[in-house]
Amino acid sequence: MSLELKNVEKKVGLDTHIYRTNLKLQKNTINILLGSTLAGKTTLMQIMAGLDKPTSGEIWFNNENVTGMKVQKRNVSMVYQQFINYPNFTVYDNIASPLKITGVSSDETKQRVGKVAELLKLSGMLNKKPNELSGGQQQRTALARALVKDSDLILLDEPLANLDFKLREELREELPKLFENRDCIVVYATTEPSEALLLGGNTATLQEGKIIQYGKTLDTYNKPNSLVSAQVFSDPPMNIAKIKKSGDQCSFLQNNIQWKTKINIKDGEYKVGIRPHNITTYKEGNNTLEIKGKVLISEISGSESLIHFTNGNLNWVSLSNGVFQKNVGDEMNLYMNTDEFVYFDQNERLVSNG
Amino acid sequence: MNKTVNQKAWFFVIPVFVLVAFNAIIPLMTVVNYAFQETFGNNVFMWEGTRWFKQIMLSERFHASLGRQFLFTFIILFIQIPLGIAIALTMPKEGIGVPVCLVLMSMPLLIPWNVVGAMWNIFALPDIGFLGHSLNALGFDYNFTQQIGDAWFTTILMDVWHWTSLVVLLSYAGLRSIQPAYYQAAEIDGASRWAVFTKIELPKMKKVLTIAILLRFMDSFMIYTEPFVLTGGGPGNATAFLSIDLVKMALGQFDLGPAAAMSLIYFFIVLLVCWVFYTLMMRNEEKS
Repeated sequence: MSLELKNVEKKVGLDTHIYRTNLKLQKNTINILLGSTLAGKTTLMQIMAGLDKPTSGEIWFNNENVTGMKVQKRNVSMVYQQFINYPNFTVYDNIASPLKITGVSSDETKQRVGKVAELLKLSGMLNKKPNELSGGQQQRTALARALVKDSDLILLDEPLANLDFKLREELREELPKLFENRDCIVVYATTEPSEALLLGGNTATLQEGKIIQYGKTLDTYNKPNSLVSAQVFSDPPMNIAKIKKSGDQCSFLQNNIQWKTKINIKDGEYKVGIRPHNITTYKEGNNTLEIKGKVLISEISGSESLIHFTNGNLNWVSLSNGVFQKNVGDEMNLYMNTDEFVYFDQNERLVSNG
Repeated sequence: MNKTVNQKAWFFVIPVFVLVAFNAIIPLMTVVNYAFQETFGNNVFMWEGTRWFKQIMLSERFHASLGRQFLFTFIILFIQIPLGIAIALTMPKEGIGVPVCLVLMSMPLLIPWNVVGAMWNIFALPDIGFLGHSLNALGFDYNFTQQIGDAWFTTILMDVWHWTSLVVLLSYAGLRSIQPAYYQAAEIDGASRWAVFTKIELPKMKKVLTIAILLRFMDSFMIYTEPFVLTGGGPGNATAFLSIDLVKMALGQFDLGPAAAMSLIYFFIVLLVCWVFYTLMMRNEEKS
């Protein structure tokens, strides 16, 4: 089983929503579309599902051309950012709705709904209406509706975006389990790099209607093929600086901080990308290269602390473990791990990932 | 902490109280005053107790106009609500058609009531009116000034023309607020157009339709100007709805006591029907 987009392009009027795209998704995989709002994730999913037609190009499913085939004829389910359920149906009827239309017997429906409801912890609320449920439970119902019918293709369009933090964490951890042992292709759109890392599988980074990179999630993260891909797959945003390399000595153009490197690239000017967690407020392990910073903003996220700081023209973020607060305007020392620097050439293509 | 009792905040309520007094309480209490007394002018009043109320409640004339009123309201709701929803469903969702349709739809709502009545009177006149003349030319024996059925037909047609737009605009707003994802989900499920209407659109429009029905009920139940100008309540009393009958009693016959009692009964009927309807419609909403 595979889903293949061949030279797919989508234009609306004069705007190009999806630039020429080729992508092949294999069966039993979770594929993450990672990109900011308006990157084209939703459009791409709607084209995959058959809800929207590409302006040009073809969609092949199991070696069959399904371009233009109606969505009802394809075995697809979709979960949306908003909690989409039939408002007048009970949770049971909502989950059973895709089965009813395909004519599954009532005994089997009962059994399958029961099973999926148990999986999603909805067993106790099968007789309730969606508006009597919490947001998390409403989205579980929508997920159950998508899972109940053994689809070939399950599309999830930012399913956790409208949930509050606690519920999101809870459901996020359950998601990979839900897709285990399912003979299907899962496509999951998200704006959050952490979700991609948690779900594993494959990740495609998107920006402005283009797929920048597609590959195993960890590979995409560790070896971004370009600065754009690295930026899409970094939250908080990746810090970038221009550097000069000569021999085994590197230095920032902005200041005179220098470090030794083992990477094997020609001497010259490059751009370096540094993920926020490779800059910490304390010296630890390989985080040894010192940089002075003036605190711009200090914020706490979960059990980590973010310090936005400036050094000359650099405007950077650091992410350290532990909960602490710094005063705005404080001068402080931060420590970078040079082994984790990612080097890009002047065209912003990857040349070395440390 | 010690809390001191201070009631000065009540002074802030005074402006609102004065306003409400002038636009609601004082006129209403004047009517109440008339409803329980007999007057011969010169501010001479005599206590009559509930006599006028009993008289109205037992009067055949009141029963007749109340019956006509309910029939009229029922018919126009039965036509306008489904018709309004149907028109809203066929209206364009994007492009230049949207403002064009919205403006066209709003036109009848912008015309003053008495103008609507006068327009339809001329339009429907059997000898010179376009509608009346055409119907007669087609072989129908149509004369709204003399035949009861024709008078009702014209009054209802006029009200449908005047007010269906309101239902259309409200329904359209309700439909537009449904997220496209609902339609997509139904498409994925393979739901029919009818199923989309009954399972998604109608439930999602429930609140706005409740408002539409309430507004149309109140307006049509209190209708006065348009039929007054169109038919004057005639032929005979055939289209003398409650308010027309009330004005006849109060200003035509100068029976101020019974008219005041009738006003209050009229008021309570509107209030009661609205309350019952709203409570029923919102009963399930409250639970969540």
